[in-house]
Amino acid sequence: MDRRLVLRLGLVGLDLGLLIGGLYMVLVYVPTAKDMGVVQRIFYLHVPLAWVGFLAFFVVFVGSIMYLWRRGRHWDIIAHSSSEIGMVFITLMLVSGSIWAKAAWGAWWIWEPRLTSSLVLWLIYIAYILVRSLTPEVERGARFAAVVGVVGFVDVPIVVLAVTLWRTHHSSLIIFEGGVAPAMMATLMVCLVAFTILYALLLMQMAAIRRDEEELARLRVILR
Amino acid sequence: MTEGNTAAARPMLRTEGLGRSFGHHRALDAVDLQVESGECLAVFGPNGAGKTTLIKVLATIMRPSSGRVMVAGLDLRDSADSIRRRIGVVTHQTFLYDRLTAYENLEFYSRLYDVPGHRERIRDLIDRVGMTARLHDRVDTLSRGMQQRVTLARSVLHDPDILLLDEPEAALDRQAVATLWELLRSEAGRRRTVLLVTHNLERGLELCDRLVILDGGRIVHRSSRVAASFEELREAYAKTTERSA
Amino acid sequence: MKFWRSVLAIAYKDLLSEMRTRETISSVVVFALLVIVIFNFAFGGNTEQMRLVAPGILWVTFAFAGVLSLTRAFIPEKEEGCLDGLMVAPIGRDAIYVGKMLSSLVFMLVVEAIALPVFTLLFNLDVFSPELVVVTLLATVGFVAVGTLFSALAVNTRAREMVLPILFLPVVVPVMIAAVSAFELALAGESWGAMSSWLQIIGAFDVVFLVVSYLVFGYVIEQ
Repeated sequence: MDRRLVLRLGLVGLDLGLLIGGLYMVLVYVPTAKDMGVVQRIFYLHVPLAWVGFLAFFVVFVGSIMYLWRRGRHWDIIAHSSSEIGMVFITLMLVSGSIWAKAAWGAWWIWEPRLTSSLVLWLIYIAYILVRSLTPEVERGARFAAVVGVVGFVDVPIVVLAVTLWRTHHSSLIIFEGGVAPAMMATLMVCLVAFTILYALLLMQMAAIRRDEEELARLRVILR
Repeated sequence: MTEGNTAAARPMLRTEGLGRSFGHHRALDAVDLQVESGECLAVFGPNGAGKTTLIKVLATIMRPSSGRVMVAGLDLRDSADSIRRRIGVVTHQTFLYDRLTAYENLEFYSRLYDVPGHRERIRDLIDRVGMTARLHDRVDTLSRGMQQRVTLARSVLHDPDILLLDEPEAALDRQAVATLWELLRSEAGRRRTVLLVTHNLERGLELCDRLVILDGGRIVHRSSRVAASFEELREAYAKTTERSA
Repeated sequence: MKFWRSVLAIAYKDLLSEMRTRETISSVVVFALLVIVIFNFAFGGNTEQMRLVAPGILWVTFAFAGVLSLTRAFIPEKEEGCLDGLMVAPIGRDAIYVGKMLSSLVFMLVVEAIALPVFTLLFNLDVFSPELVVVTLLATVGFVAVGTLFSALAVNTRAREMVLPILFLPVVVPVMIAAVSAFELALAGESWGAMSSWLQIIGAFDVVFLVVSYLVFGYVIEQ
């Protein structure tokens, strides 16, 4: 069997295992957090979603820089695919964050630093995706998106800094009371790794599909 | 091509395997061109042949996807600014700012091109294009033909060695066309190197030393003016419009 | 030197052009004043409440006015291929960026200089301390640093009036937060020390985005 296929299947299997294991840990294994009750378990979903959302944007950033510098189509394909996956993850993160906020604090949204920064990142993702589709020329659209990818990513640390300073200034929202028990840390880690591998698999898959689509289009033009 | 010889031996404009793609569409494909100093090369071709793309690449507005472009012996990739100093461009767009006067526009471009003694130069050129009376009028009060005359002045402000003309007659009135052909000579009396893209077969033939026909991004016909008869040229050209029909 | 001469030539050209019709400045000023007045009505005119939201209102006004003014920055360059004319000239893409940025900066500062006194009058607040002038200046630099880049981008898309705010507003969130917070502190009587972290954020934003936009601008206007 083709080695890359074996590797891919292996990763899928590993990821499946981690996801199921993680699910078990989140639902059964980990003890309920002191003050927040069962809904607090969403945290183990929420943090990995945020992590992947930001990681995906970092990949968009790298892909964008390389695309502007080297103009290789594969860089744009990676950036584009990563942006779509990252967008989904950040959306889920915002939704899960909202559910958590409702359960823990009774409001559908709270201007807590992590949620707020993720909301801004979500908006930047939208800008990235929209710019590409609103530019009449495809190649120029890819270049514009790359510019947004670079500028947007450079903005992220400044946004996080400003938002964090702002919220500590205006209210003290303490997310965690006390320390994080080892069981909690383990659960979090498993979920983190599971989601990261999931992201990598999705990215590889989407990039491969895009690559094939472009190849197909290129062949069509030649054969005409 | 012999390197290190006098400027006269070096072609002013040269492209090697020039290619430019937009996604999958090849606007220019393996274009090899050469224009000697003082020569006028006419580029004919149907719509969509890539003529405007060619001008844009030579004018440094667009980067080539592949191949090499040498202008006055300088490589486009390394010496873009030096190249820009030596080319003048005329397209159907005037490059003029509506709300400024003709004089202010020309003064602006003089600054960008570092034209010495620009006041006199502007007056002189404006006189030659016959726009002295309207020099201090806003561009949006001028007729289209007048704007194009001011554009002609703009294009040679810095006395470029090379002129890139993209269908210049499209908006010029007869007097302006006459002036244009006059301006094909530099201040020192030398002939400028000219690349002329045009639809007008007759006029193009009149002025050029050599010609090429571009179709689908490729050069499909080359000849010198002396060798080409009008009939022959028209036939070759008709073949292209048939193909793209 | 040549770089700065080209930059100033471009900025001068924009200012001269604007002085002819005063279109952009007048419409942006009117817009800003309208926004301030409408916010006034929206918040019910309770003086105490107004004092609390005043900094926010001011900066939302400036952000929207900024979007309006920046959207128009590259429209004259699109007409008659003027941007091509700039690209064909031996001035370097970076000079185009800095030149356009300078003229946008001047336009915005003029609008702000007119809007601030009006704001002071309507809200009965003194916004003319040196601290606030510095904050406004720095924040505006941040706006135009990023805004000029995005304006050149937006003008080449299908829905340019929509694209610029979508790009611009999320990216300048840090500047908005910092400017509003600094204004709140200043209006409460605090001085430089208390605002220093906010000033640092705006300053860092300015430096980072001046550099990044400068580097990336060529990729946007290239065809």
